[in-house]
Amino acid sequence: MSDAALELTRPGHGSRERSWVDHSLVQLTLVRFREFVREPEALFWVFAFPVLLAAGLGIAFRNRPASVLKVAAVGPALADALRHDSLLDVRLMAEAEALTALRTGKVALLVEPAANGGIVYRYDDTNPEGRSARMIADRTVQRAAGRTDPVGASDRLMREPGSRYIDFLIPGLLGMNLMGSAIWGMGFAIVDARRKKLMKRLIVTPMPRHYYLLSFVLSRLIMLVGEVGVLLGFGVLVFGVPARGSLVSLAALCVLGSLSFGALGLLIASRARTVEAASGLMNVTMMPMWILSGVFFSAQRFPDAVQPLIKALPLTAAIDALRANMLQGAGLAQVAPEAGVLAVWLVVCFVLALKLFRWR
Amino acid sequence: MTAPALRVRNLRKTYKDVVAVEHLDLDVPSGECFGLLGPNGAGKTTTLEICEGLTPADTGEVEVLGLRWETHDKELRQRLGIQLQETQLSEKLTVGETIRLFRSFFRDGPDPAEVIALVQLEEKSKARVGALSGGQKQRLALACALVGNPDLLFLDEPTTGLDPQARRQLWDLIDRFRAAGRTIVLTTHYMDEADRLCDRVAIMDHGRIIALGTPRELVASLGAEHLVEVMAGSESRPLDLAALRGIDGVRDVRTENGRVELRVTELHRSVPGLLDELDRQGAPLTELRTHSASLEDVFVALTGRHLRDE
Repeated sequence: MSDAALELTRPGHGSRERSWVDHSLVQLTLVRFREFVREPEALFWVFAFPVLLAAGLGIAFRNRPASVLKVAAVGPALADALRHDSLLDVRLMAEAEALTALRTGKVALLVEPAANGGIVYRYDDTNPEGRSARMIADRTVQRAAGRTDPVGASDRLMREPGSRYIDFLIPGLLGMNLMGSAIWGMGFAIVDARRKKLMKRLIVTPMPRHYYLLSFVLSRLIMLVGEVGVLLGFGVLVFGVPARGSLVSLAALCVLGSLSFGALGLLIASRARTVEAASGLMNVTMMPMWILSGVFFSAQRFPDAVQPLIKALPLTAAIDALRANMLQGAGLAQVAPEAGVLAVWLVVCFVLALKLFRWR
Repeated sequence: MTAPALRVRNLRKTYKDVVAVEHLDLDVPSGECFGLLGPNGAGKTTTLEICEGLTPADTGEVEVLGLRWETHDKELRQRLGIQLQETQLSEKLTVGETIRLFRSFFRDGPDPAEVIALVQLEEKSKARVGALSGGQKQRLALACALVGNPDLLFLDEPTTGLDPQARRQLWDLIDRFRAAGRTIVLTTHYMDEADRLCDRVAIMDHGRIIALGTPRELVASLGAEHLVEVMAGSESRPLDLAALRGIDGVRDVRTENGRVELRVTELHRSVPGLLDELDRQGAPLTELRTHSASLEDVFVALTGRHLRDE
């Protein structure tokens, strides 16, 4: 043993050529991977959760044939007339029962005879199904009563991927996943290392400090391949979601998005000393974007006045650009405004984070 | 002559309105194991962190290995081995991975496997850090400080919180580095640790050095080799302390918690005298204990408090 101790004091010992694996940056990046892979929960949230979410929502909101519009009819004659149209699922009910069914959403429309010999439609005009059902029911009733259409019309149906909810959803989930894994991935790891004084221990070694931060970026970019691949592959293979834009520009957008969110995560984690404080900050940052940025429904639904604000959010920019790429086949030039928004977030957050960053 | 490993002049550091370190001078020659001994809050860690280039001093000079932090940060980082208090290394990495990571930061140094063997963690090399015992974690932390083949080793309370066996194991390791001619600066609040490991000890209290010397010199400065603790007399009839002071060979008498403590030069002369005196005062003896004077007694003599007092 004492031999080994003396061995250490020999100057220059061990300075022989080292393999690239023993470069600090490679070692630090490997640490990030090891910590990630050895945390089963993290694996679940990054890889399995978005896929489960996409599967669940894709099934729940799949485009059903229009024939499922449920209608309650009061009176057998009316019911028979309505049954002529295959787009309606007609149930004959007593009036009280029919009203309850309408109120509870079991039917979209209630059709009953009026005192004057006509008919009354009861429905919620803010419900698109109610409005459709009313139009179809009215057409059916009028035709049964002998109306003929002055202009002949015929339907030619086109059901194309790209306009379904799942097609809208997958780029949204992709953007949400980019944001979540970058912010959580950076935020928790950094704050945890600070809390455990591991960061303090690292900065008393000759480790170049920017390597430490760079290792997060590198590991993030490499893991990105897996994360995006899994969700995108799932969407394309299982639901036939189109990927019309070039994969190179899609990859470039994912990298840019991930870097911007990473910078945001770094900023959030730049001063927090406890995981609780950091996770509060992360939720405050991400929650509004989950709602506002059009992950699950179009951001256009919010009032015009707040649109510029919504457009300036990094998640909106990322999702808009991803949708344009995947659904419309837009190239990088067409998503330049969104890319610009992301780039500004990247630079501003990164510069601020470096200024504020607390190493201990 | 080579530069001293550590030279500190007139160091001062305050946190808000609390003075952590004041008028502190230190000289640690190359090859010495130097200890900063003192209770919690004495300013040991602050002093060490200033020397390690982690905390800037308010005023004063610090030279490490003849270099200053302001001008030679990078070189100093390469040449120092540092163990901080209460660092938690990543629990999900293995021992081997941790050492290899730290080794990658240094230009020169031994193979990771060599360092692992040195701290006797070969069998744990593939174990996760989270699965190690306290003593093993502390040895791993020491290994992380050694991977750069340092010229100077800073250890901040290397055995705090360890069980006696793990402490002894760590002491053996530190002993070996000292024997290999390494310079070590450590802090501790265990007087037996300072006594066992250090060539010289600076006793710190309230941010100042209140005594400095080899453990032997410091104990000798008490002017008494032994301490005698006596429980005798009662509430109603306390002992006549002045008479105790007059006993042959007694240097000092103090009371604490109803116990009387005498510092004496020679037990064989003072103890019979003490027994005679107690007999004369008619005070029945309930307890008598003696021990050789230690650094703890030096601290008590200097401050009136014990090292472990909060």
